[in-house]
Amino acid sequence: MSHEDTLNPEVMPNEPEKATLEGKNKFIGLWFFLGGETVLFASLFGTYLALKNSTNNGPDTQELYGLGLVFLMTMILLTSSLTSVYAMYHMKNNDYKKMQLWLAITAVLGLGFLACELYEFAHYITEYGFTFRSSAFGSAFYTLVGFHGGHVIFGLCWLISLMIRNAKRGLNLYNAPKFNSFSLYWHFIDVVWVFIFTVVYLMGKVG
Amino acid sequence: MSTTATQKRSIGAVLWDYMTTIDHKKIAHLYLIGGGFFFILGGLEAVVIRIQLIKPDNDFISAGLYNQMITMHGTTMIFLAAMPIILALMNAVLPLQIGARDVAFPFLNSLGFWLFMFGGILLNCSWFLGGAPDGGWTSYASFALTSPGHGIDFYVMGLQIAGAGTLMGGINFLVTVINMRAPGMTYMRMPLFTWASFITSVLILFAFPALTVALFLLMFDRMFGSAFFDVTMGGNSVIWQHLFWIFGHPEVYILILPVFGLFSDLFSTFSKKRLFGYTAMVFATMLIAFLGFMVWAHHMFTVGLGPVANSIFAIGTMAIAVPTGIKIFNWLLTMWGGNIKITAAMLWALGFIPSFTIGGMTGVMLGSAVADYQYHDTYFVVAHFHYVIVGGTVFGVFAGLHYWWPKMFGRILHEGLGKWTFWLFFIGFHLTFFIQHFLGLMGMPRRYWVFLEGQELDLGNWISTMGAFLMSVGVIMFLINVIITIKSPKAPADPWDGRTLEWAISSPPKFYNFKQLPLIRGLDPLWIEKTEGNGKIPPAEPLDDVHMPNNTFLPFLMSLGFFVAGFGFIYQTDHKLMLLPLYIGMAFALGCMAVRSFKDDLGYYIKKEDLEREAD
Repeated sequence: MSHEDTLNPEVMPNEPEKATLEGKNKFIGLWFFLGGETVLFASLFGTYLALKNSTNNGPDTQELYGLGLVFLMTMILLTSSLTSVYAMYHMKNNDYKKMQLWLAITAVLGLGFLACELYEFAHYITEYGFTFRSSAFGSAFYTLVGFHGGHVIFGLCWLISLMIRNAKRGLNLYNAPKFNSFSLYWHFIDVVWVFIFTVVYLMGKVG
Repeated sequence: MSTTATQKRSIGAVLWDYMTTIDHKKIAHLYLIGGGFFFILGGLEAVVIRIQLIKPDNDFISAGLYNQMITMHGTTMIFLAAMPIILALMNAVLPLQIGARDVAFPFLNSLGFWLFMFGGILLNCSWFLGGAPDGGWTSYASFALTSPGHGIDFYVMGLQIAGAGTLMGGINFLVTVINMRAPGMTYMRMPLFTWASFITSVLILFAFPALTVALFLLMFDRMFGSAFFDVTMGGNSVIWQHLFWIFGHPEVYILILPVFGLFSDLFSTFSKKRLFGYTAMVFATMLIAFLGFMVWAHHMFTVGLGPVANSIFAIGTMAIAVPTGIKIFNWLLTMWGGNIKITAAMLWALGFIPSFTIGGMTGVMLGSAVADYQYHDTYFVVAHFHYVIVGGTVFGVFAGLHYWWPKMFGRILHEGLGKWTFWLFFIGFHLTFFIQHFLGLMGMPRRYWVFLEGQELDLGNWISTMGAFLMSVGVIMFLINVIITIKSPKAPADPWDGRTLEWAISSPPKFYNFKQLPLIRGLDPLWIEKTEGNGKIPPAEPLDDVHMPNNTFLPFLMSLGFFVAGFGFIYQTDHKLMLLPLYIGMAFALGCMAVRSFKDDLGYYIKKEDLEREAD
């Protein structure tokens, strides 16, 4: 028995990401990891909600937020989640080229989201003097949204290194679980953003 | 590979083997050595505290140093001693109990250990670098923000690194239990230790991220000028208390549930009876874990959350006594009518029941919010949590070590010395802490450096200190036992006439655990085969090649990177030049991650022919 035979079967199974024990382990392990991440973000949301009115005479949520840019960011990130679903669809059909293409589109959308976020932060800092250190509200806002942004950056690094590493070899049972893990993680980031959009921005404007 | 394992090797080779190992049984040894070292360190700190309190107005150590001692005693014992030793036991036996050849994520398992070790070392470096943290083990934000020097910074970075390691350990065991049980090992046939470890891993997974966030916020406040806890900037220091206890309360169940499971296995083995109320035990464990997340604010009754919140949390707290009571009665009924054999391990188990029950009862007393205003921050609380953590967790750890020592090291601990250890420690423990209930009720506050003469606290404190000395003698006795056991004869596979799967394979097991995966026919599989079969577990598969993972040095290097970065984070507030180790350490750790991602690690196969040559 060798690795070549077991990882490159003649007929790709229906769910290549869960065909090996390692794949099954990664699949469940990543779900658990996301469970832990949920508590991490819940703690950050709780902190934000407790401190969002502690503006220290600085701008409050009503003055600060603009829903236009945030709506655009939401659309970009939701779309990137959709494109990663396409990528997984093509992975299951063993169409490696199309999978790589859709993953590349996902990466571009992720970068677009990050660019908007950087613009947003720069705008708050230069126009309003609203910084990480200016008030408890500022600390809580930048920490919550920044942790999410940090997750996006980490996800992009993950995705790009996966694509480069596997650029020259096709899909096999060793790398399929890795692509699938990334995709799950990316959906999670998207879900967290939906909550940020609602709890931070919408409730900041309307609540 | 396997044939050379028994030959004598140089110390360097052994060291290298341990630094690169991903074998769960060797990682168990590492956890035990690391946790044991910190246990002795935390014990010495406790002795220093008790010497300071041996008489009124004592000046054995200064007030500042005393604060550092109590902080480091608590932090060390919880994070660096109790949890790692429990993880040592889980690593040693959990995969064997479910009939697995390995854990689900051997690399993560090793990374978890090295992160814990480097985090612990980082925290203790503070002793030599201007003073240890001094905000108490809970490090409440109001003290922690104003504490001068870098002590608290070491607390933040050390625990952040060690905590990440524990989280990885938790995920690893969860997936191991779900995916890697042997054929026939259904959930409801798992030994109670495995069940309890599984549920504990759930607690680790959902509790630790709250601590991660709390530590991040404190780190940002102290090192990067944010304002989470700074009241003058609109911050709120109660947020720390909530986050800390949302982690901290499940944490005490992380410490106690695995030993509940361990005692269940022990009572059953040494009473020669199947565990009474197995199903009830499993569900009681789940219920305790669930309720454990619902009661964190009982640590905060005097903060002023209001009568409604206090009442809800008080009722939740008292409700935990119900599933815990189920467990106590089931243990008693397991022994009822059994053929009880009192070994050293069983002595610890027997000593545990009354000791832990006392701790549980004072817990219900403390859970009454109105009465808690009297007990709060007195020695009554100190007595309570030492009764549950020493009388529960530490007794459990000693019981587990005496029980599984042959499986971990291939030698049986000396029984006579083991019993001496128990009696010295048991009597010392009750001398130390029983009297503290009364000291507390008489009004002696916890964490105070000195107490005054003429307040009738002298005798109680003196007795308490004598008890602490006796416990120390007990621990020394255990260490002597460990050393003389190196020379004792090799242990048989099944020295205790065991019931569970780990006793079906040699002591210590081969590095691949099971030549052929075992077929499980019911609860207590080995006992079934002893009574209904030929005493051997039937194989579930024909003999074939066995897939094993490769050793790797990356987890060590990665943790080293975070360790160096930790110093950078702590000292960059003094000098910009310290950003250098921060960036270098982080880049190095991330580089190691990249290497891990880019280099395929497919493991290797042990050939069927080699396995055939091995003895059973």
